[in-house]
Amino acid sequence: MTDNSPNDLQMNTVRLSCPVRPEDLRQLKLGDLVFLDGVVFTGREGVYKRYLDEAIEPPVPFQKISNVNFHCSPAATPLEDGDYSVRAVTATASFRFGKWMPRWFAQTGCKLIIGKGGMPSRDYKKLFVPNEAVYLTTVGYGLGATYGRGVKSVKSVHWLEELGIAQAMWVLEVENMGPFIVESDLEGRSLFELSNKAINQNLAKLYEGLPEPVLRRYGETTDRRDEVL
Amino acid sequence: MRRAAIGIPEDFRASVAEMAEHETNPLSKYVLEQIGCNYEAALEDQRPMCGDTGLPRYFVKMGNDCCIEGGFAALERALRRATAQATREIPLRPNRVHPLSRKDHNNNLGVHAPEIQYAFEPEGDWLDLTTVHKGGLFGSDYRMLFPADGIPGIKRFFLDTMVEFGRRGMACQPAIVGLGIGGCKDTTMRIAKEAACLRPVGDVNPDPEIAALEAELTELGNSIGMGPMGFVGKSMVVDTHIEIAYAHTGGMPVAIHTFCFASRRATARITPDGQVRFRSDPQWFTPYYRREGI
Repeated sequence: MTDNSPNDLQMNTVRLSCPVRPEDLRQLKLGDLVFLDGVVFTGREGVYKRYLDEAIEPPVPFQKISNVNFHCSPAATPLEDGDYSVRAVTATASFRFGKWMPRWFAQTGCKLIIGKGGMPSRDYKKLFVPNEAVYLTTVGYGLGATYGRGVKSVKSVHWLEELGIAQAMWVLEVENMGPFIVESDLEGRSLFELSNKAINQNLAKLYEGLPEPVLRRYGETTDRRDEVL
Repeated sequence: MRRAAIGIPEDFRASVAEMAEHETNPLSKYVLEQIGCNYEAALEDQRPMCGDTGLPRYFVKMGNDCCIEGGFAALERALRRATAQATREIPLRPNRVHPLSRKDHNNNLGVHAPEIQYAFEPEGDWLDLTTVHKGGLFGSDYRMLFPADGIPGIKRFFLDTMVEFGRRGMACQPAIVGLGIGGCKDTTMRIAKEAACLRPVGDVNPDPEIAALEAELTELGNSIGMGPMGFVGKSMVVDTHIEIAYAHTGGMPVAIHTFCFASRRATARITPDGQVRFRSDPQWFTPYYRREGI
């Protein structure tokens, strides 16, 4: 595909084993559809704060669990036999977690981040590329039942008491979990950025004849090619 | 709550299927098809369609002759108990936390949570209980516009909100978009949310001028060039619903509220004979509720 058009993606289907091997990530192209097998774990602001800001080690080192970090909270509940039921899984917006990512990559060696909506492009270039990490976005985003089907079992859950169900670290064994879309590849290119560029071309025409508001607001940008991230 | 969490209302399902058929961008078309498959997976497996099961809340409507055994406090206690039970059994994601300490009691209960809103009808002995499940971090905005801004100002604010939150699909579009125009700020926000969440796809405002604006905004939203996930496409707005309230003579406040493609609502009508009848149209906006007579 060219660098400028999101319209001629191949959208190849790829199946990956987790933890992922660096060589497996090389084949991924923007817009590819990825399905996962193996072990992934959930981690979002609760886990990042506890591990990186408060320097509390998890019961099992991240490196021994997986190098695939899912920005999500499952709709989960404890069962009477001590096991857990995870029925639906949906990602949460990743852009909020940028400030933790440099230390996160350095300390955990994560190679695959899955979430909602990607990160700002500058983060891919600055953080993901040097760490040879790839970003997959969930599809939709409300495909909770579809991804829930991919959860084979809950291997363990850490920091449940301290962080609650939504923020705890869930270690999930998954089978054919997907589809996920490759949003950023090893070169740090971004599918969302390509889409934004294409959409921006239409904006000036769209706003034609619509005057500036009488009262403006603090923080307002008048350039609609900007993002608010 | 189980019905709301698992089963997409038919009006919304059919609209997304139609969008999937007409979408020409391959990536956007793929996403719309996957959304359709997910509705089916949720029903087949009886699992929540979206992992973010939202912030549970209730809309209670009563006929004037409705009597509740134990009174209103008993109803509110029952709704709190039901919330905790549904969270445990369906299960729902326990989303409700203390806003500062972030403490989560894992039951979706807390201070001012869940919200319960009331409305009444002059006739009837029934009670309608509507639950809506939605996230709510992105896709809503409020703006004080003025008469000088006029309809073009509303269109501009509509576009701003759709483009801002549509990028990367933060609003989880395609969505039903609700607009509140007029009222006090809290009324503006409330009727925008109710317009998005409590009117089915295809429902039009009884005022022909407002109905025309609804249709115009739907078309405008779908001409942005944006589809689901902020990819190139034309499938952004499933339907637009506008509600108005009388405003301060100097102002024209506008609120916009998007209800995502996991557009979950379910209504149960409870009658004195103990029967419960379910439906997906809340029938929330009525001539009496809108106070159409001046």
